[in-house]
Amino acid sequence: MRIGIPRESKPGEKLVAATVATAGQLKQLGYDVVVESGAGVAADQTDEAFAAARVGVADADTVWSSDVVVKVNAPNDEEIARLRRGATIISLMAPARSPELLDKLQAAGVTALAMDAVPRISRAQSMDVLSSMANVAGYRAVIEAAHEFGRQFTGQVTAAGKVPPARVFVVGAGVAGLAAVGAAGAMGAIVRAFDVRPEVAEQVESMGAEFVTVDMETEVSADGYAKEMTAEQEAATAAMYDEEARAADIVITTALIPGRPAPKLITAETIAGMRSGSVIVDMAAANGGNTELTRTDERFVTDNLVTILGYTDLASRLAAQTSQLYGTNVVNLLKLLTPEKDGQLTLDMDDVVQRGITVVLDGEAMWPPPPVQVSAAPAAPAAAVAPVEKKEKKPVDPRKKLFGGALAAVLFALVAAYSPTSFLGHFTVFALAVFVGYYVISNVAHALHTPLMSETNAVSGIILVGGILQVGSDNLAVTALALVAVLVASINIFGGFLVTLRMLQMFRKD
Amino acid sequence: MTEFLTSERLPGLVQAAYIIAAVLFIAALAGLSKHETAKRGNVFGMIGMGLALVATLVLAASNAEVLPDQRSLAVTLPLVLVTMLVGGLIGAWRARTVEMTGMPELVAMLHSFVGIAAVLVGYNSHLEAHDIGGSLDAIHDVEVYLGVFIGAVTFTGSVVAWAKLSARMSSRPLALPGRHLLNLAILVASAVLLGWFMSVDSDVALVPLVLMTALALFLGFHLVAAIGGGDMPVVVSMLNSYSGWAAAAAGFMLSNDLLIITGSLVGSSGAILSYIMCKAMNRSFVSVIAGGFGSDGAVSGEARDYGEHREVFAEEAAELLVDAKSVVITPGYGMAVAQAQYPVAELTAKLRAKGVDVRFGIHPVAGRLPGHMNVLLAEAKVPYDIVLEMDEINGDLANTDVVLVIGANDTVNPAAVEEPGSPISGMPVIEVWHAREVIVFKRSMATGYAGVQNPLFFKDNTRMLFGDAKERVEDIVRHLG
Repeated sequence: MRIGIPRESKPGEKLVAATVATAGQLKQLGYDVVVESGAGVAADQTDEAFAAARVGVADADTVWSSDVVVKVNAPNDEEIARLRRGATIISLMAPARSPELLDKLQAAGVTALAMDAVPRISRAQSMDVLSSMANVAGYRAVIEAAHEFGRQFTGQVTAAGKVPPARVFVVGAGVAGLAAVGAAGAMGAIVRAFDVRPEVAEQVESMGAEFVTVDMETEVSADGYAKEMTAEQEAATAAMYDEEARAADIVITTALIPGRPAPKLITAETIAGMRSGSVIVDMAAANGGNTELTRTDERFVTDNLVTILGYTDLASRLAAQTSQLYGTNVVNLLKLLTPEKDGQLTLDMDDVVQRGITVVLDGEAMWPPPPVQVSAAPAAPAAAVAPVEKKEKKPVDPRKKLFGGALAAVLFALVAAYSPTSFLGHFTVFALAVFVGYYVISNVAHALHTPLMSETNAVSGIILVGGILQVGSDNLAVTALALVAVLVASINIFGGFLVTLRMLQMFRKD
Repeated sequence: MTEFLTSERLPGLVQAAYIIAAVLFIAALAGLSKHETAKRGNVFGMIGMGLALVATLVLAASNAEVLPDQRSLAVTLPLVLVTMLVGGLIGAWRARTVEMTGMPELVAMLHSFVGIAAVLVGYNSHLEAHDIGGSLDAIHDVEVYLGVFIGAVTFTGSVVAWAKLSARMSSRPLALPGRHLLNLAILVASAVLLGWFMSVDSDVALVPLVLMTALALFLGFHLVAAIGGGDMPVVVSMLNSYSGWAAAAAGFMLSNDLLIITGSLVGSSGAILSYIMCKAMNRSFVSVIAGGFGSDGAVSGEARDYGEHREVFAEEAAELLVDAKSVVITPGYGMAVAQAQYPVAELTAKLRAKGVDVRFGIHPVAGRLPGHMNVLLAEAKVPYDIVLEMDEINGDLANTDVVLVIGANDTVNPAAVEEPGSPISGMPVIEVWHAREVIVFKRSMATGYAGVQNPLFFKDNTRMLFGDAKERVEDIVRHLG
């Protein structure tokens, strides 16, 4: 089968769906790969380099008549018209937000695979294009902010005075948020981050930022994305956003709710209260933005000189990098779809990943797929689990303890009163020895438990003493039994001591 | 000298030797609590034992002259010495030849010897007893009875433990119907027999004694047969404790303080070890003894889809290890079974030579004997100062690059921490999943002893390396070059 890589038609788009390297990998799967002339130039992938890697370079018609067309942005009407009936188109499609696109693809009788519909499960991570693009975008957001920001990120004490470090506040600790946290931290800024999912606090802290908390009900997401908050929670959080944004020099917002407009988290009032020269990078601009003043795809400066960047092409601003990652995601997807490595694309609708990305199959609508349950947090113990009986160890009532002790003492006194003194003497020895044993053994190192056990084994061979004293009896049965006892007890003594010695000699320090 | 050793001074001298021996035994066990003093402790134990035996032989010799109803010394002494020599040779031979992986079996077997010796000494004590009359007689009867009872339980219990550990018997718990009632009935019957035993003449009394012995032998068998293989650390230390109590009981019937002291030292030591093991499994002592826990392979609790596991091969694993700054290895019983301790030690040495910080994390119940893993690693010449306990290593795992889980399963199961409904919930485990990468060496995806599925295998940072642990570790060593 032939895979065609067309030039992106979206104005200003620099990305390409395959780099020289990933096109080569596609060929290894048995496919014939053709790239539209000039498709990769903006991402530093020249036609010559493709040709040198034995990847075909062709005109648009050849590319669009391929069996499989792989691109980055969703195809526009003309492009859909150029697709062959029965062909497969692979690209970003945002299927939840573009029903009319799906209708057109159905009408065209093609199979459409949405790269951005990969379910968020471990196995599919290698094809999760949203993650890989968000990662790059998060990094770029910090770079854009640094470019606009009039100061350095890192704090210094210089001969010309003290430079305070920049304060960066990141909203949303998804892939983009974490990438931004990491990049800003690496540049020396003080980073604080917030997310409505408290379970990501650990991830934020592992990136070197402080996790901002709000007192509210915990929320564990089941599908890997954040949910929209309730009104109460929102009220509690709003104050926090206001406070954190005002204190920050840089605010990077990444809050998205799948299938809905981005939540407005930073109000115009908050922005008005921010210091002049502060920068907001709104990574949710494509979905309407997280601030009330965001202008999609624009740089906007407020009256109090706060710069708000609403760029939606952050990932594509690092075209070579993003193309490489996108291309690798495509290769990984095609590896899954080409199990025989024979260049034949096959779809298995029983596989959750393949089912998830297939939005149109031979002209039939397949969206939305059945839900897949995944999350970093363990699924909350379902109601099906019988309530576990909590056997909390109740501290024993001290009076009960005292009473028990007293009872034992009285009982013992009664027994003792009827016992001969010689027995009591032995019993004294016994009681003391038990306590000595307890304290001597209590702090034995775990590593020495086995030698300890063989040593106690050897020592308990002391019962040999009893046997020896009984051998002298003139009762033949007694002598015989005693001799057997002597035999086994001496095996014990010698075996126990020697094996202990052998083990101890093995333990060595560096 | 001979004048000094008169029969008047002799008991005092023997007593002195016994007291010194007792002190030396305490010093021996105390010495064994630390690596630095362990060897010295063992020497103390040997000296104490030698002293006690010489004193006893002298006492026996003098008894032969002084007491009535004794054989002549000329017969007794050679008999005893020859028997001891034979026993000593057998013991030394076993100690020299035993494989370190076979330590659990050896220890269990030695326990059974103490048990049978206690039974024999008890019988002798009864046969020899002259009716003294009054309360002394009653007390002696009780001592004999208890000594024989504990000894018999220890004996068969240890034999079963030995058979299970050496795979001569299935390690699956034996579940007879109404087994708790059965045990209880045996105890009650033994108590009734005690009444009979005390109320009749010593000749007739042999009948209840023999009956009780048979019951106790069965009880020992049944108790241990009902306990599964993974609970063996508890069972072995419990039997260790019993063997001590048996010796102490023998001391009471012979009025010998040395036996009492030694027996109770061993008894309490075993009890503490059992307690430590139980705590490490978050189970009560009673529930372990009651047995029946863990059956082979059957997953208990709800079946749950944890997703899919990811595989890794030796070559890639080797690369991960070389690139790591710190590596923690958590071995389990599977390492002992596969005899993988030597390649593991070689791997450790190679990685350390490359500047990788390698440490071991040992769970208290890893293996089939308390401290089993430590002995195996020591055998393979892994320095003990890089072998750490669970509590010492757990805090460091978050900063660890790679964890190798070799033949361990339940002791690294996140379900113990994360799933309140899990059968092993609350058991302290080595929290390996906090590390950056976890490589699990495993034969297959089967469950561990507790029969609980292990979500660790499905974590994002876990990779499975399937196959025989020994061969796989050797593969990695080869790829390290």
